[in-house]
Amino acid sequence: MTLADTANLHTFVEAFRFIGNNFDFLLTKAGQQLELSGAAVGIALVISLPLGVVLGHLHRGSGLAIGASIVGRALPSLVLIAAFLTLLGIGFVNNMVALAVLATGPILTNSFDAVDRVDPDAVDAARGMGMTGTQILRNIELPLALPLLFTGLRIAAVTVVATAPIAAIAGGGGLGDVIVNQASYRLAGVLGASICVMILSAAVFLGLLGLQAAVTPAGVRRHTSEEVTLERSST
Amino acid sequence: MRGSGPPVVIPNFGQGSACVRGDHTFCWGWVKDHWHDTLSPALVQHIELTAIAVGIGFALAFALALAAHRQRRIEHPVGIVAALLYTIPSLALFQILVPFTGLTWTTVEIALVSYTLVILFPNIVAGLQSVPPDVLEAARGMGLTRLQTLLRVELPLAVPAIIGGLRVAVVSTISIATIAAFLLPDGLGYPIFLALKDPTPFKTEIYSAGLLAVALALVCDATLLMLRRTLAPWAKRRLA
Repeated sequence: MTLADTANLHTFVEAFRFIGNNFDFLLTKAGQQLELSGAAVGIALVISLPLGVVLGHLHRGSGLAIGASIVGRALPSLVLIAAFLTLLGIGFVNNMVALAVLATGPILTNSFDAVDRVDPDAVDAARGMGMTGTQILRNIELPLALPLLFTGLRIAAVTVVATAPIAAIAGGGGLGDVIVNQASYRLAGVLGASICVMILSAAVFLGLLGLQAAVTPAGVRRHTSEEVTLERSST
Repeated sequence: MRGSGPPVVIPNFGQGSACVRGDHTFCWGWVKDHWHDTLSPALVQHIELTAIAVGIGFALAFALALAAHRQRRIEHPVGIVAALLYTIPSLALFQILVPFTGLTWTTVEIALVSYTLVILFPNIVAGLQSVPPDVLEAARGMGLTRLQTLLRVELPLAVPAIIGGLRVAVVSTISIATIAAFLLPDGLGYPIFLALKDPTPFKTEIYSAGLLAVALALVCDATLLMLRRTLAPWAKRRLA
């Protein structure tokens, strides 16, 4: 008979009570976390999406894409956050950069893969009709690549949102502030914030899944349902 | 501050060299001095955390996949459910298990096994189901029983997918195990965690433990890749 046996159910009741009593506070923290995550994914998108798409279009640099996925996965989030803390100091920027690096792997790999693996017959047919490289990219490759591009974005976004609480240890703010501060918020607060973090990650995942379904052209949709990729690097 | 009056309370890295006291980028001396009392135990703990998680996770996933494989067409919802479960942040999962199992290795392993299970199960099922119907037909035509088909045809053909899943599982587990340091004073995450708790994080401690974690992940990944090349030389080079 340990303390945990009697404590656990009660602790969860208290955790939900904590959520109820501090709803606005948790909402603000969740907002901070989404802000940090959004900035990180935004930076990663701007850098790695065009790179992946262009390399995929040229069918070059598969080594870079494979390397990015392997190295990206091997880099633990805590290590990245700690390393950028030593380079950039404590606060928003170091966490944003660390999380952006984390998001780069899945976006680069998937966007390369998405365009590289477009049916060559479709591309040949387009070329036969006299389309230029840019037209092929815009009218053929990108629409067909859309599902896999979204998969990369989804993996990156979920990875970043799920990792962001760890960033609290390096001044990242967000719900992680509550999770790593048991001294102030007690176990009930830590659990309550953990539950909020889980809901937030699941919501981002399902939201992007829904958005993907909404923007994918009907003709392409058939291919997508086959693969729900689960790959979240390092959290 | 330093050198005036009584000794400084924190950070206390002993009577460090000039490099350590100045917190230079990387102090080899510190790594040598603390290899035996900090880095090497942390590395061993990290390998243990990972090996237990992947071992149990693989056994469970394999058994479940064999069971699911008998019931065809079960796999699709499993994929989405698995992906959804995998969105659970590790720090949150650890904390939610604490009221039940406390600040113990059990807590960490339950979480790590869950993640490996969620990665491995869909991969093994996909591998088993990727065997072309013609091949199964041929196996039946040659008079193989279901067990023989499984052992001699389906499993060998599933090897690339299984090892692909193992690569992701091992590397992710090594990565997630660093987060265990939020609960336990074990693993390569702990020196980093300690350094971060300090108002002026000691760089060498972060870099050396971090590099060890990355190196461990890359070595495991390369080993599994070589294993796949040996066991399944026919498999194409793939990203996963």
